[in-house]
Amino acid sequence: MAVTTDWQKSAYIAGQAADARVNVELETEGMTLNLGPQHPATHGTLRIVVRLDGEQVVWAEPICGYMHRGYEKLCEVRTYPQVTTLINRIDWLGHFANEVPFILAAEQLMGIEAPPRAQWIRTIFFEMARIANVSLFLGDMGIQLGAITPVFYAFRDREYVLNLMEAATGGRFHPNFDRLGGLKEDLPRGWVDECHGVMARVISFCQEMEDLLMGNEIFQTRTRGIGVIPAAVGLEYGLSGANIRASGVDWDLRRDEDSPLAWKHCDWKVWTHPDGDSYARYWVRLQETREAAKIITQLLDGLPSGSIQAKVPRIIKVPAGEAWCHTENPLGEMGYYVVSKGGRGPFRVKIRSASFNNISIVPWLLRGVYVPDVITILASLYFILGDIDR
Amino acid sequence: MPLMLGVDFGAYWATTLLKVVVVLGLIPAGAIILGYVFLLKMMSHMQSRLGPMEAGPHGSLQLVADGLKFIQKEDIFPERSDRFVFAAAPIVVLMSTFLLYIVIPAGPRLIIEDLDTGIFFALAVSSLSVLGILMAGWASANKYSLIGALRAAGQLIAYELPLVLAVVGVVIQAGTMSLQGIVMAQADGEIFGVGLIGNPFIFTQFIGFALFLIAAQAELTQAPFDMPVAESELVAGYMTEYTGFRFLFFFMGEFGTAFAFSAIGATLFLGGWYVPGVEGTLADVLGPLVLGAKIMLVAFFIFWFRFSYPRLREDQLQAFAWKLLIPLSLLNIAATGVLKVVF
Amino acid sequence: MLEVLRRELGGGILGSEITGSDLCVRVDRTMWRRLAELCRDELDMDYFCFLSGIDWMVNPAMSGEKVWEPEGGGVVMEGDEAEPEPAAGIQTGAAGGDTRFQVFARLYSTTEKRGLTLKADLDETDPRVESWVGVYRGADWHEREAWEMYGFDFDGHPRLRHMYLPGEFEGHPLRKDFPLLSREVKPWPGLVDVEPMPGEEAEVDDSVAAAGAGADS
Repeated sequence: MAVTTDWQKSAYIAGQAADARVNVELETEGMTLNLGPQHPATHGTLRIVVRLDGEQVVWAEPICGYMHRGYEKLCEVRTYPQVTTLINRIDWLGHFANEVPFILAAEQLMGIEAPPRAQWIRTIFFEMARIANVSLFLGDMGIQLGAITPVFYAFRDREYVLNLMEAATGGRFHPNFDRLGGLKEDLPRGWVDECHGVMARVISFCQEMEDLLMGNEIFQTRTRGIGVIPAAVGLEYGLSGANIRASGVDWDLRRDEDSPLAWKHCDWKVWTHPDGDSYARYWVRLQETREAAKIITQLLDGLPSGSIQAKVPRIIKVPAGEAWCHTENPLGEMGYYVVSKGGRGPFRVKIRSASFNNISIVPWLLRGVYVPDVITILASLYFILGDIDR
Repeated sequence: MPLMLGVDFGAYWATTLLKVVVVLGLIPAGAIILGYVFLLKMMSHMQSRLGPMEAGPHGSLQLVADGLKFIQKEDIFPERSDRFVFAAAPIVVLMSTFLLYIVIPAGPRLIIEDLDTGIFFALAVSSLSVLGILMAGWASANKYSLIGALRAAGQLIAYELPLVLAVVGVVIQAGTMSLQGIVMAQADGEIFGVGLIGNPFIFTQFIGFALFLIAAQAELTQAPFDMPVAESELVAGYMTEYTGFRFLFFFMGEFGTAFAFSAIGATLFLGGWYVPGVEGTLADVLGPLVLGAKIMLVAFFIFWFRFSYPRLREDQLQAFAWKLLIPLSLLNIAATGVLKVVF
Repeated sequence: MLEVLRRELGGGILGSEITGSDLCVRVDRTMWRRLAELCRDELDMDYFCFLSGIDWMVNPAMSGEKVWEPEGGGVVMEGDEAEPEPAAGIQTGAAGGDTRFQVFARLYSTTEKRGLTLKADLDETDPRVESWVGVYRGADWHEREAWEMYGFDFDGHPRLRHMYLPGEFEGHPLRKDFPLLSREVKPWPGLVDVEPMPGEEAEVDDSVAAAGAGADS
């Protein structure tokens, strides 16, 4: 990608000569192209200004903020349950996963712990959010590269997961289900059995994607070696989640962080890949989706009974202090730094969203790549605009 | 029809007029059939969805409705576009499509004009569409369109060669460039002495068939070669700024050319309108139907690849053409020539 | 870990605290960049999590306190009235703090699986500190955001420019004295539908009502 072969150089020169023959009034130093903010390739309103030299990118810069909603300011004037409603919408595809670190941070400040059943169900929903989020990625990467069929399969199988979420929480995209001290309600009857069926379906979907897209030679040609991120650079920029695991860093907050959620109660594996290219990122996410389905199946089998919410006072006042809680969200590492002054709402919430850091590497990464590869790289980094812009 | 059976109805102009009307009717019909069956219904079913179901029974009149919709839209010119070129570009593309239909035989006497250089003429005029695409991209005054047009120029020119060379193998084997002659050669031929189904060239020219399909895919700018119209990058490539009936022209051009290429492929490799055992007037009647069925078969492959594969990047695409397809096609020609002489 | 830092920085460390399972260290702002280099080299903190700021001024108009006591007398407030003086009334959080503004950042070590929160006090009228861009490249965007939201100046940053807000935006939104315009325009309606459902638990009632009110906003 950044290394141009002799063939590519001569092709470029030939292209330039052809340009000169046609009476083109572009500046010869290059053409500045705006990808977005309205563009099919960007997941939302991200604008990337690229300066092109023929078809190669000389300089690129993402301009975000088209969707900035001022979350951190808004959180300061809301009570804790209201903040939960808001933060669902940061990463709108991995809905439940946004609430969890915030609730855990607040519980840490309050010194209460949710009952085991609530923790297990929280983990189940968390992993379902991961499946909902990443299965869209699996199809979406296909469509960014031109394969128009896998995305429909992805949407079809995702529907089952969203229906389950709706049955339990009432919301397909924004469940708003986590409460300080536990969950809002218990699971409906028959949900566990249906969930087993859906997880089997998800696993077969992952197999389908693996055969259809990952085995495809054209897909491999388009993604192997494109957008290589060395692990050290990625860590410096704060890349997290599947992006950095695809560069070989064995780091997963579900395993490495001592969190009250139920991951330690099941048997699962952290997937890494040594190359740091786009194919590796796709591969890691595919394996993670399968793994998430397996985790859910194990958790469903061992679900403890009991109450769903701990005893919390009617009007919740969180004692003064500061707490940081981060989790392995579908997009990466998401964390909340909650500063409380003993009131009914937080004093300051710093939302550390994964995509913000994931995209900060884009200027460094896009130098010297071709325009189609820009799309491939953006698709493989997988960001959600709400996560970048908060 | 009676005109072409040799009865001279009178003025040359009458026959020409009839031929023109047939061609002009055939293009939209062909485009609509292909578009509906493959683009809307087959693609939808492959993607586990239903596709259009509202307009007409099972959505069959959807494209007619789309056509009417396009015609009644406002004719918009981008502000800084070159008006004449902008208007002329879709006409150039459509023109090359129309010219293709002149040489395609649908029966022993159902051909608009049986040129001696039939296939050569067809390939030559199909290259005219490159000019139209470049005009469209340049005149749109839009950077995305320009990128699309430049990519298209490179791609279409690169893939002309495998297309032509694949056909050369067929021409060597048939001994004539006239499409009617090629059909006859397949009809009269025999496979190892068995003359039952004639000798469709697909058996001996299977490499040629594969090359032809791939090159046709590229000529039609379908995936995996749809860089010029890369939907997720360039929003519609060189066609971005076109709306209304001009877009309809491009659309018809695309599907009309797909129909024409499928027809040429069916004629060259599958035997065209020939049905074993049918002669004379019956062949005139059955011929178009048989050709239609073979067209559907070839088009099925073309569109199946379109939905299933991601797209190749431009330089990979060029590498594929120049480094793989052209040497392979040259090999094919050499082998055909040798075998023709030997056998 | 604290020992290593103490050894290196000596008196630069102004305070430290263990909150939960986490270590928070506050340094003098001249030590800010040195601290980052130290963490990266000595403590193996290879992962840059985030960098942001805190404004410790209490603004009663901004706090959640004001609005959720619609019935009952008066407004429960903390600290001072509308114009807090710098020294009085500012209560800072973990690891103490003397000034209104603090820049804080978090680093993590993927090899040793532990994280560290770092803070530094900034001068109120001229909040400036050294940039971390040379140490962690990812700090680039975070410092831009901190500059935009708080007005912190980072020396050594290649180009501090707007991250989220349009170019001509005036003011620094996350500062406590920057008004939340939706509140200025229309006061918070407070909890609506406070009627308790018959026979329901008190907590469920409250959270349902709060969620309902939250959905109203």
